[in-house]
Amino acid sequence: MSVPHVLLALLAEGPKYGLQLREEFEAGTGEVWPLNVGQVYKTLGRLERDGLAESDGTGPDGREKTGQKRFRITAAGAEALAAWLRTPPDLTAPPRDELVMKVLVAARVPGTDAHEVILAHRLYLLELMQQWTRLKEGEARDDLGLALVVDAELFRLDAVTRWLDAADTRIRRAAAEPSRPAAVPAAVPQLRRLGARR
Amino acid sequence: MSVLELRGVSKTYGQEPARVHALDGVDLSVQAGEMVAVMGPSGSGKSTLLTIAGSLEEPTSGDVLVCGMALAGMPPGRKARLRRRVIGYVFQDFNLLPGLTAAENAALPLELDGVAVPKARAAGLAALDALGVADRAGRFPDQLSGGERQRVAIARAVVGDRRLLLADEPSGALDSVNADEVMRLLHQACQRGVAAVVVTHDAQLAAWADRVVFLRDGRVTGQTSRPPGPESLLTPGEIR
Repeated sequence: MSVPHVLLALLAEGPKYGLQLREEFEAGTGEVWPLNVGQVYKTLGRLERDGLAESDGTGPDGREKTGQKRFRITAAGAEALAAWLRTPPDLTAPPRDELVMKVLVAARVPGTDAHEVILAHRLYLLELMQQWTRLKEGEARDDLGLALVVDAELFRLDAVTRWLDAADTRIRRAAAEPSRPAAVPAAVPQLRRLGARR
Repeated sequence: MSVLELRGVSKTYGQEPARVHALDGVDLSVQAGEMVAVMGPSGSGKSTLLTIAGSLEEPTSGDVLVCGMALAGMPPGRKARLRRRVIGYVFQDFNLLPGLTAAENAALPLELDGVAVPKARAAGLAALDALGVADRAGRFPDQLSGGERQRVAIARAVVGDRRLLLADEPSGALDSVNADEVMRLLHQACQRGVAAVVVTHDAQLAAWADRVVFLRDGRVTGQTSRPPGPESLLTPGEIR
């Protein structure tokens, strides 16, 4: 989550005060990601330092005020925002996912029922997805920002449950056919190296 | 009272040694107003559970009760009447009759049950209206979009005074936003007091249910407990 770029996006709509930015940030993300006001001003300070935003020191009443500056985006800021929007995040390295580790370990530890381990995680994920879905049913119906955030969470959790389903089937098949090799040796060192970058 | 109750239901196909246990001692109770999703890998017994719950197939052992009435030993005529009056089915491929309009499709179960045509049509239209497709009443299935077809299929499943809705992959091949709409409509039917069992392999659809039951090798291996309300999701720690 890049707070500076989201603030730049809000400033692209027109000049704004810090408190206003905080409110609009929270409303635009369905209030799922709260942001404290200190963080807003700290980020605005950095944007100003880097020439991506500028302020005029005028308060909401038009008078000069030191604590209530109005910020606007600069040409360099608009350029940085456009570049950020089109730059894919780094998804090349597999994250060190604790759930993946647990399932890998469960498949190896003697006397452990991997299916039972997987089921426990699957139940938890489904309960979490039920909670997000209730939001979709209620507030998110008329709030586009929240609907998008809820969808993103549901697709993320869904991907994990699908991986768990696949893992369950693979572990079961491997147990039924113990003579087959358990892994493709060539792929393992490469993944380890990728993972080590984080 | 449970609208649907399965007590120790088992179903086997074939003879030893090639006998297949499709369901093995399944207990499941679904209350009025409750939506239960059944998930499980291929061959876990999901579809068998649905056909047995819908009285389309007999269990090898165990009891099935719909609205408190045991299906075992029920005469075929009475069972057929129960299917027409109490149980609604939603299928993956909609199963609308191509030669009938949306309104005629929606009214069909009532007409088959002997309800006078004008009364059945009025109920069909009311069901279409509740699902937001009353303006498509005069169209034939091939003149409707996928989402509209599934709405008509749901209207047909809930028309009249159905108490139990059985759905097999009800979102079919719809995209996720339209699939959401289908689940929202099924959920709203439950909020009006209908009990529903939805069989799906899709966790996002299952998440609409009040309870999710997992099947494996014909057995219930686990089920979700009622999660806390969504408010808990809205107060995470502040981001960095």
